[in-house]
Amino acid sequence: MANVLVVAEARGGALKKVAFEATTAARTIADASGGQVHAVLVGAPGIAAEASKLGATGADVVHVCEHPALEQFDAEVLAATVAAAAGATAARAIVVGGTAMGQDIAPRVAAKLGVGVAADATEVTMDGDAIVIRHPMATGKVIATLAASGPVAVITVRPGALAVGTEARAGTVQSLAPALDPAASRVKVTKLTTGGGGKLDLAEAPVVVSGGRGLKAPENFKLVEELADAFGNAAVGATRAVTDDGWRPHSDQIGQTGRQVAPNLYVAVGISGAIQHVAGMRNSKTIVAINKDKDAPIFKVADYGIVGDVFEIVPKFTEMVKAARAQR
Amino acid sequence: MKIAVCIKRVPDMGARFKIGADGASIDETGLKFDMSDFDEWAVEAALQLAEKHAGSTVTVISLGPDSVQETLRKALAMGADAAVQLKAESVPAGGFAVAQALAAELKDGGYDLILFGRLAVDSAAGITGPMVAELLGLPCATALCKLDVQGTSATGERQIEGGVEQLAFPLPAVCTIDQGLVVQARYPSLKGIMAAKKKPLASKPAALGGVGVTITKMELPAERAAGRIVGEGADAVPELVRLLQTEAKVL
Ligand SMILES: Cc1cc2nc3c(=O)[nH]c(=O)nc-3n(C[C@H](O)[C@H](O)[C@H](O)COP(=O)(O)OP(=O)(O)OC[C@H]3O[C@@H](n4cnc5c(N)ncnc54)[C@H](O)[C@@H]3O)c2cc1C
Ligand SMILES: Nc1ncnc2c1ncn2[C@@H]1O[C@H](COP(=O)(O)O)[C@@H](O)[C@H]1O
Repeated sequence: MANVLVVAEARGGALKKVAFEATTAARTIADASGGQVHAVLVGAPGIAAEASKLGATGADVVHVCEHPALEQFDAEVLAATVAAAAGATAARAIVVGGTAMGQDIAPRVAAKLGVGVAADATEVTMDGDAIVIRHPMATGKVIATLAASGPVAVITVRPGALAVGTEARAGTVQSLAPALDPAASRVKVTKLTTGGGGKLDLAEAPVVVSGGRGLKAPENFKLVEELADAFGNAAVGATRAVTDDGWRPHSDQIGQTGRQVAPNLYVAVGISGAIQHVAGMRNSKTIVAINKDKDAPIFKVADYGIVGDVFEIVPKFTEMVKAARAQR
Repeated sequence: MKIAVCIKRVPDMGARFKIGADGASIDETGLKFDMSDFDEWAVEAALQLAEKHAGSTVTVISLGPDSVQETLRKALAMGADAAVQLKAESVPAGGFAVAQALAAELKDGGYDLILFGRLAVDSAAGITGPMVAELLGLPCATALCKLDVQGTSATGERQIEGGVEQLAFPLPAVCTIDQGLVVQARYPSLKGIMAAKKKPLASKPAALGGVGVTITKMELPAERAAGRIVGEGADAVPELVRLLQTEAKVL
């Protein structure tokens, strides 16, 4: 009877997709030993309204912790509350989405419990009693299999890598008090600035359209944005050449030193395909590249390539994607 | 201000990796090693803070076999004042063993600021810094792309999915450094390299803690099947869109 605790990330009063992916992974682990999935949902008052969605993706119990001060992310309160809930639910494993928040709290929870972290899982399976994850390391050039043993296994799952299950459970709501007074936490988020209107999160978008130095000037990124808009479900990414020059924020950078994404479709616009960039996108399901140099390395990883000028090709592509979507 | 930076020696990511004979490690023969990128930025950030705050010192710490001394010397040549090797034949996975050894070394050092990389480029885990913070009971700010110290407190900024968080926290604290905090890490000058030879480098056994996470296998990822060039110029767009609809089924 091994229970599993999942940390369900919510931002701005709504659950993130990674919360459902993590819940599904938790379900896999719990089912192997007939245990239950307990979700922890933390936020400002009102967040309880989201709890039923966790039941729908496999949570047996949802522990809701509401507090006015928890409108903003608070790693210290969250880590303490999760560690306490892990004890109270006799959790054998803790699953956390590997977002900025998850990467921040998972190691603290693990240290509180005296165990390591199996980080950034792109697969979670059970081998008898052991939890086994796969994790791309060394910029995706090596895939490691890690086994988490010890009294509690703490796992982070890479956003977008795992499927969301549809096996519904009761999702019984219980209230949970913060294990630490938010007033006592030392690191304060003094301000949160969210990116421009309704822009999709890179980690969650099914389509990513990225631009590189081939766009020549920052204002030409509107070509990339228009193409992303045409898909309707796309986020915008960039190469380091472009983020270093300040054309785009560093948070948009894909690659070894940026974000790692694995969308259904990745479109590389004016990107050479340096290994450090490819490290962040090579696990995408389908890759399209547009580059004027037929020998650009990006064509080695692309499923479909067009050789030519982005200024000529992208507007036409945008127009035809719009038309294709209008027909559906 | 007393600053410590934890740095890891990692293989050059440009290499073609081979799997070791045990099937659970990277074959190190022929690989070049250097400081992990994020750790170089952390060292640079520490040196810049030390330049701004008179009387500061920067200590660099690395856990690993004797080869890490070369990486520590590089940090000394960049301008760090002292170095410590925590000697261990290998670096265990899962973060906790390393975090315990680092925490034991840092505990009584009287550091105001302890810097880590956001992640080590080989393990790609990003767990060691916050674990050390927890073990030391210190406040921790992760993935900072801005960091300013004012007296006994600090402010920072980090980019999260779809936004930017501004943070405020008291010192002493642990911070992990993301890209963007510094433009580029400085290269060791010839003078720096000479000076580094005379700077203190202590070596002591690492007090590695428990593990709990083990690497059972390593493999190379499946090669992507060769793609194809659909065509040239805007004339190729209709065919691309057709393939995305009928073959890839993503549109
Ligand atoms: C330690 C380290 C870490 C790094 N980490 C990252 C990382 O995380 N992410 C990352 O992206 N990079 C990273 N880099 C940088 C990486 O090596 C490359 O420099 C970078 O990815 C190149 O960006 P780019 O493709 O935009 O530019 P370029 O390499 O300059 O390529 C521009 C491309 O656009 C094409 N082009 C030009 N004009 C046109 C046109 N009119 N129409 C069509 N095509 C055109 C060119 O043929 C060329 O292929 C890292 C480098 C190092 C050393
Ligand atoms: N062996 C080590 N010696 C010193 N610092 C380390 C070591 N391993 C990890 N670190 C530090 O912890 C950070 C994160 O590493 P990781 O958790 O492995 O991704 C690195 O950027 C370093 O700052």
